[in-house]
Amino acid sequence: MLNHIWTVFWRDWVVLQRRLGRYILARMVSPILYLVAFGWGLGRSITVNQGSYLDFIVPGIIALNSMNISFNAVGTPVNMSRLYHKTLEEYLLAPISPTSYVLGKVLAGVVRGMISSVVIIVLAYAFGAHFMLNGWFIVALFLNCTVFAALGLVAAMIMNSHEEMSNFNTYVLMPMSFLCATFFSPTQLPSLLHWAIELLPLTHASHALRLSSSTGNMPGASLGVLLLYVALLLWIGIRKTQQVRD
Amino acid sequence: MIEVTGLVKRFGDRTAIDKLNLSIPKGELFGLLGPNGAGKTTTIRVLTMLARPTEGQIAIGDWQLPRDEQQIKAIIGVVPQHINLDIELTAWENLELHGLLHKIPTAERHKRIEELLEFVELKDRNKDMVQTFSGGMKRRLMIARALLHRPRVLFLDEPTVGLDPQVRRRLWELVRQLAGEGLTVLLTTHYIEEAENLCQRVAIMHKGRLIALDTPAKLCQNLGEYVVEWHDGDRLNSRFFADRAQAAEFLSVLTAAAAIRRSNLEDVFVEFTGRKVVE
Repeated sequence: MLNHIWTVFWRDWVVLQRRLGRYILARMVSPILYLVAFGWGLGRSITVNQGSYLDFIVPGIIALNSMNISFNAVGTPVNMSRLYHKTLEEYLLAPISPTSYVLGKVLAGVVRGMISSVVIIVLAYAFGAHFMLNGWFIVALFLNCTVFAALGLVAAMIMNSHEEMSNFNTYVLMPMSFLCATFFSPTQLPSLLHWAIELLPLTHASHALRLSSSTGNMPGASLGVLLLYVALLLWIGIRKTQQVRD
Repeated sequence: MIEVTGLVKRFGDRTAIDKLNLSIPKGELFGLLGPNGAGKTTTIRVLTMLARPTEGQIAIGDWQLPRDEQQIKAIIGVVPQHINLDIELTAWENLELHGLLHKIPTAERHKRIEELLEFVELKDRNKDMVQTFSGGMKRRLMIARALLHRPRVLFLDEPTVGLDPQVRRRLWELVRQLAGEGLTVLLTTHYIEEAENLCQRVAIMHKGRLIALDTPAKLCQNLGEYVVEWHDGDRLNSRFFADRAQAAEFLSVLTAAAAIRRSNLEDVFVEFTGRKVVE
């Protein structure tokens, strides 16, 4: 099985490697905009918990960016390969298990999410942000990438057109980008909304990244929630891959 | 090699395959012929596990579906109707991916890729992206890919759709060569001459049902080896005869301009399905 996971991953790695330079360059655009607008622009006049707003939002930007990248690195290509290019058939016809396919694709999404996070971390330091890189931070980042790469796979298997995929982005990822403790603490929101937001995985990714990068402590509860999401979404992804034939 | 019993496939209320029975021995080049929507592609999709059967039994080699899916996947090669090559990879990488998925050891895999690229005459383009290939080249690469893991059964779904006559003939040669080497081939086509040229036996499907099955020569014989055609106003009439003498006798009493010729698979097809095959 490990062989097959590696094969599925290998294909995506070959494709990424060919345009790694361009990929990294493209990944710099939106973080720079966020850092300029919210860090330098808006952030100059705001302090959060006696710290600078820039320091507060960097973990949030990393969380939302790794979410978007991991989701789209898996969701769009797998959806296209299922509906338009039909290259998914190559995997369905091969003697490999749906689990190997799902894990290989998710791993490829995680790698893309991690690369784009490295880009943001470098940029954030360049913008003068203060935060600690440590093991818990990397674990939280890895889990966040895995949650959303797996969600991308699930969406790709369920959504039956390119338009539906982009609607999924609009209705699910976009609200999370703004609400899940990325740019502000959700404790300031009405309690019902706050409670709902606390259930979402990105909120816990933001909490975990912020806590580990500011104090070095283990964000236990949030990591637990992320792990639960990983298990649930991988399970659904494997089920959906098994059911993908007519 | 392929045994299908009572195969039914329904999509909601629509029955795409209706109680299909097929038995194809090892090494046979078998053609599934039928107009668009007859159920040919669905049959291939069910046999290759891309679609689930509603009812019926399928055995390929010594294996039974759905119990032995992985074993069957290892011994079948599939060339689908649509181009499903990975356009973000080169020709070589497409084959490498296939070889890795089938767990062919590295040295053997690379040797086999070289061999097959030569076989389908794409060796000098192996480093090029598939996106830059013509339709014929893509199809040849798909055949190479399907053969890479040395399958015992090859499924070809409309292998020559949209190809030039020269490329089509080249593909026919390839397929004949493969069948000569003991590979069992099930191909679907709606090009009559393709079935006539290639297949040892032909089954005609119509609206999901199998309506005729025999060698092309036998099918023609059963219908009548000679046909007389004559025009009646705008309509072209035809009548079949067992031998030339009978046909000539009939011709002699006709007042309209008429012609006599040998019957062919197209006549069989039209007689059975009631309309000309159109792409």
